[in-house]
Amino acid sequence: MDNNPNNNILEEVTSNEYKFGFFTDIETETAPVGLTEDTIRFISAKKEEPEWMLEFRLKAYRHWLTLTEPVWAHIKYPAINYQDIIFYAAPKRKKELSSLDEVDPELLDTFNKLGISLDEQKKLSGVAVDAVIDSVSVKTTFQDTLAKHGVIFCSFSEAVKNHPELIKKYMGSVVPYTDNYFAALNSAVFSDGSFCHIPKGVRCPLELSTYFRINAANTGQFERTLIVAEDNSYVSYMEGCTAPMRDENQLHAAIVEIVAMDNAEVKYSTVQNWYPGDKEGKGGVYNFVTKRGLCKGKNSKIAWTQVETGSAITWKYPSCVLMGDNSVGEFYSVAVTNHHQQADTGTKMIHIGKNTRSTIISKGISAGKSNNSYRGLVKILPGASSSRNFSQCDSLLLGDKCGAHTFPYIQANNESSIIEHEATTSKISEDQLFYCNQRGIDTEKAIGLIVNGYAREVLNKLPMEFAVEAQKLLSITLEGSVG
Amino acid sequence: MLLNIKNLHVAIDGKEIIRGLNLGVNKGEVHAIMGPNGTGKSTLAAAITGREGYEVTAGEIWYKGKNIVGWPAEERANEGIFLSFQYPVEIPGVSMTNFMRTAINAQREYRGLAPIPAADFLKMMDEKKRLVEIHEKLTNRSVNEGFSGGEKKKNEIFQMAMLEPTMAILDETDSGLDIDALKVVAKGVNQLRTSENAFIVITHYQRLLDLIVPDFVHVLFDGRIIKSGGRNLALELEEKGYEWIKQEHLI
Ligand SMILES: Nc1ncnc2c1ncn2[C@@H]1O[C@H](COP(=O)(O)OP(=O)(O)OP(=O)(O)O)[C@@H](O)[C@H]1O
Ligand SMILES: [Mg+2]
Repeated sequence: MDNNPNNNILEEVTSNEYKFGFFTDIETETAPVGLTEDTIRFISAKKEEPEWMLEFRLKAYRHWLTLTEPVWAHIKYPAINYQDIIFYAAPKRKKELSSLDEVDPELLDTFNKLGISLDEQKKLSGVAVDAVIDSVSVKTTFQDTLAKHGVIFCSFSEAVKNHPELIKKYMGSVVPYTDNYFAALNSAVFSDGSFCHIPKGVRCPLELSTYFRINAANTGQFERTLIVAEDNSYVSYMEGCTAPMRDENQLHAAIVEIVAMDNAEVKYSTVQNWYPGDKEGKGGVYNFVTKRGLCKGKNSKIAWTQVETGSAITWKYPSCVLMGDNSVGEFYSVAVTNHHQQADTGTKMIHIGKNTRSTIISKGISAGKSNNSYRGLVKILPGASSSRNFSQCDSLLLGDKCGAHTFPYIQANNESSIIEHEATTSKISEDQLFYCNQRGIDTEKAIGLIVNGYAREVLNKLPMEFAVEAQKLLSITLEGSVG
Repeated sequence: MLLNIKNLHVAIDGKEIIRGLNLGVNKGEVHAIMGPNGTGKSTLAAAITGREGYEVTAGEIWYKGKNIVGWPAEERANEGIFLSFQYPVEIPGVSMTNFMRTAINAQREYRGLAPIPAADFLKMMDEKKRLVEIHEKLTNRSVNEGFSGGEKKKNEIFQMAMLEPTMAILDETDSGLDIDALKVVAKGVNQLRTSENAFIVITHYQRLLDLIVPDFVHVLFDGRIIKSGGRNLALELEEKGYEWIKQEHLI
């Protein structure tokens, strides 16, 4: 008997349709293909950047040239030819638009299709959106409302122009361009992204969010986000992303930096849904991202929550540097891989200050022929007395052609610290599926239900606006993964 | 006849467990199935409900006039066949409320109905919880997770009450229940009995059949029904055990 219905079910369920794979046919202005110092000058000129910004880019580029692509992650892909990529693409602004605030209706339409309304009247109150398409931000909503509270929320390009002192002070302070290969690349060619500054004592009245959309073909997306939370402030930030279905792979290499000062708290949530490639593993986004938060002040807190369902390859380790005494770092992750997707994701918690605490909850779900790895580092420095870490890394396998791996690294240099690590690997049981079937729930729905239950602890950490989307996404991603 | 099983043979991993079983159930009837451990009672329930791996090698299962052999389990469920599991399964992180709503809506979708409005659903939950006297808080918890043995069994009857099946099979719902819980479960079942539905009650004990009075009692042995009778047969079994029937059967 084929006593494991998961196998056939998995094969069938993995025939999912990517719902965001459409392409908007708009006129686009691009940089010449390939990467040289001229490309960088082109990007900088397009963005009308000051000289210091161009210098920063060029330094990063020259450093990048000395580096080689890292190979330690548990992922496989053909070598990327950086001379085949277009590093800048922007929708052409239509002449007849009357004000600078106006957005091309076609772009509005694109975001509407993605479920993101840029019309403040129609928008869910409570969420401000920065909409980024390819290399540029097309609109940031509710800027006026936020300004009343002293909150700056704008595209990175605007920030370079309007808040150069803040950018100079913080850009690269958490992720220097020397950090790694992809960070150097991003620092050289980054296009747009968001900048948030929450002043002292302000609890940001809206959820802030950025929606990234890759549209143009053969382009890479290199966004850069910087969030600075001053003393006693709070902000919750969400990030979403999608891309059209294409046969060729597309590169996405982003940097996110967060700085939290005394008693500040930043919640950063991601629902990553870049195009994962087709069932045979053709196409899809290569997602190489460096995200790091610095708990600079005492009692500060940074929490990363991520739901990773898209991308052909995900290489991403949102981390916390716990510098301030009593600071707190949290990482909650659900990573789902199906078909031929590969994910190598996790976190780093670097304990520097006294009495710092970190929590890691990672739920990996693999289906199809995919590979899903958790890679995490907990490092406790000698000065971090009485620090604590708790890590829980669970893997759920759907079928027997997929892989789950856990690579926990622990470096404890302080006797008074406590590190706890738990790991489990499980399969969706035939008993659970039959139990659901017997109640009239078909296997596909049952898997969605069981997987969502499995990820509940992490999903509960997402802001309401995101949680529902994320739940649907988990089910959709695994559609066709069981039969 | 609501359910008509004819010459059923069921194999697990190529090993024949049910070996030529016949059973007919009419609407409005309660049938008790008794028999020693390991004789195939749960296997029969699994075959009727369409569990994968329980291969029907011969025979037919007629339900509402259709031979349902080969039908997927969820379709049988949506046609009104319900199993109260001998060993209910835990589903971590999925609240009972969410699970029940998903089940009800699956059934409604099958019948071409729109999803149940939230208010109606909550009202229904309240009513049925009261019927089986299950604790308010239990439905906020994950499906069967950390439930006591008795709570799990009550929870099965709660689900039965919610789904209002036509053909309900209770597989040892009484085992693990204390006297009070047994009464509650029996009361629940009796309230759900109508002239339009039927029950198959698998049990080892007469005490359940004192409360849910069967129209027929069958003894399952070695994959076959070897004796059938009225409720008195259960009393006789309680008194004399199975040995005499086995002897009768072997002769
Ligand atoms: N999945 C399985 N694989 C192999 N053998 C099985 C499997 N399930 C049941 N069996 C065997 O089939 C036979 C009948 O089992 P079944 O569970 O139907 O008995 P039962 O009458 O319900 O017993 P009990 O009164 O103990 O619940 C037993 O010998 C059992 O070991
Ligand atoms: Mg049994």
